Amino acid sequence: MSIPTDRTYLETHEWHKADGDTVVIGITQIAVDQLTDITFVSLPKVGTKVTAGGRFGEVESVKATSDLYSGVDGEVIEVNDSLNTDPGTINRDPYNDGWMIKIKSSSPVTGGKLLSAKDYEAKVAH
Amino acid sequence: MLKHTPFHDFHVNAGGKMVDFAGWDLPILYKSIVDEHHHTRNSGSIFDVSHMGRVRFSGPDALKFLDTILTRKIVDQKPGVSRYSLVCNDAGGVLDDVIVSRDSKDWLMVCNASNREKLLKHFREVRSKHDFDFDFNDQTESTAMIALQGPKVIERLADILPGDLRGLKRYHFYNDSVMLVKFSAFRSGYTGEDGIELILGAKMAAMAMKMLAGGLEKENATIRPAGLGARDTLRLEAGMPLYGHELLEDRNALCSGLNFAIDLSKDFIGATALRDVATKGPPQKLVGLELEGKRIARQGSPVLLEGKPIGEITSGTLSPTLGKSIAMAYIDSAHTAEGTALSVDLKGTINPGKIVKLPFYKRP
Repeated sequence: MSIPTDRTYLETHEWHKADGDTVVIGITQIAVDQLTDITFVSLPKVGTKVTAGGRFGEVESVKATSDLYSGVDGEVIEVNDSLNTDPGTINRDPYNDGWMIKIKSSSPVTGGKLLSAKDYEAKVAH
Repeated sequence: MLKHTPFHDFHVNAGGKMVDFAGWDLPILYKSIVDEHHHTRNSGSIFDVSHMGRVRFSGPDALKFLDTILTRKIVDQKPGVSRYSLVCNDAGGVLDDVIVSRDSKDWLMVCNASNREKLLKHFREVRSKHDFDFDFNDQTESTAMIALQGPKVIERLADILPGDLRGLKRYHFYNDSVMLVKFSAFRSGYTGEDGIELILGAKMAAMAMKMLAGGLEKENATIRPAGLGARDTLRLEAGMPLYGHELLEDRNALCSGLNFAIDLSKDFIGATALRDVATKGPPQKLVGLELEGKRIARQGSPVLLEGKPIGEITSGTLSPTLGKSIAMAYIDSAHTAEGTALSVDLKGTINPGKIVKLPFYKRP
């Protein structure tokens, strides 16, 4: 399993990809494998403020419910509403079409609790 | 160290995602719980249920002993017939739910993996207390058990297995052999679909698997492997109770609605307490709930009526077949009428729902 190196990760399995001063957040393949079939996602509204280490939503699968965390401070500027009707997109394509929120961020996508792909892999490898 | 069933290599080779289930290393899924669920409803699935306890009883007092511990009448049970029953404690709480089959010379009980050791201890205690003369033999690890479930299973297997599989009635079984492999075939299951459950010697299991389900790794196979995840969503749609969720030691058996399996006209361990409950009426009852939206109610979530707690969720899922959020719950007996509007507290979010009839799904 290859973990994309163009982004950074929280140990709680959220990926963060910088695009200018926008940060896109989703969850990793490893998270998806643990959750199994995703049935429901609860995401914040546009305009919601998020903080690094703060909870921004939750994801549910047949097996479990998990909280979603942001690794950066900022304000939600876009939400992937298509996940409401088809949360299975996250299972099929967690790193692209399964993105969850875009944040206009005042903090970088490195440092703090954010890990490189290599460090994330090392942390979560069993 | 987790125990391995005789099909462990098969699961690993088939890409099974292995988990610890009651001390056994078993697949929760191969690729997708939902896909495996649908394949069971539309075609057929093979489940490894070798972790379930299999105990045989023989000797002069075997019948008397079983009649003492089982809530169901068995004295009139004929050879070749299986019956679902409960085993209770003195207070009428449920120690386990089991299927008891009468063979020509002895009896077989299939119990939950998580309860096997507890039951064996219970058997020993009851035997010495009543001075019953019988033997029991735990064959769980010397045998294998598989469940084949789905609308296409009987036709697919009828030509492979000897014996009249098509003519086998529900909750009946027969013993036969194929190429020197002895097996017992039961028309039963835990998915709400038609199907059979097979018990055979552990050493022959891998070979039998190949024969029964040759090519099942192929995408277009009629019968494909399914894991414990799908087994749980299937049984929940079918409104079947699961030990540790709907059935518990501190939960009176009459609350579960399994009255067909509880015969208060005979004596058994727990009967006195249950008769008392039957007179007063059970304080809570098991009901089916349908929730609005797609959120899943988890075990332990409070059920509310006009904001006041009246019970608790025991199991919940997003039903793959119905596309709805379904759950089972124990709620106060006064509020169990079908159609009653209730809500469930999902970690602070109040989600509306209503009581619906069980089972959620019945096969066409």
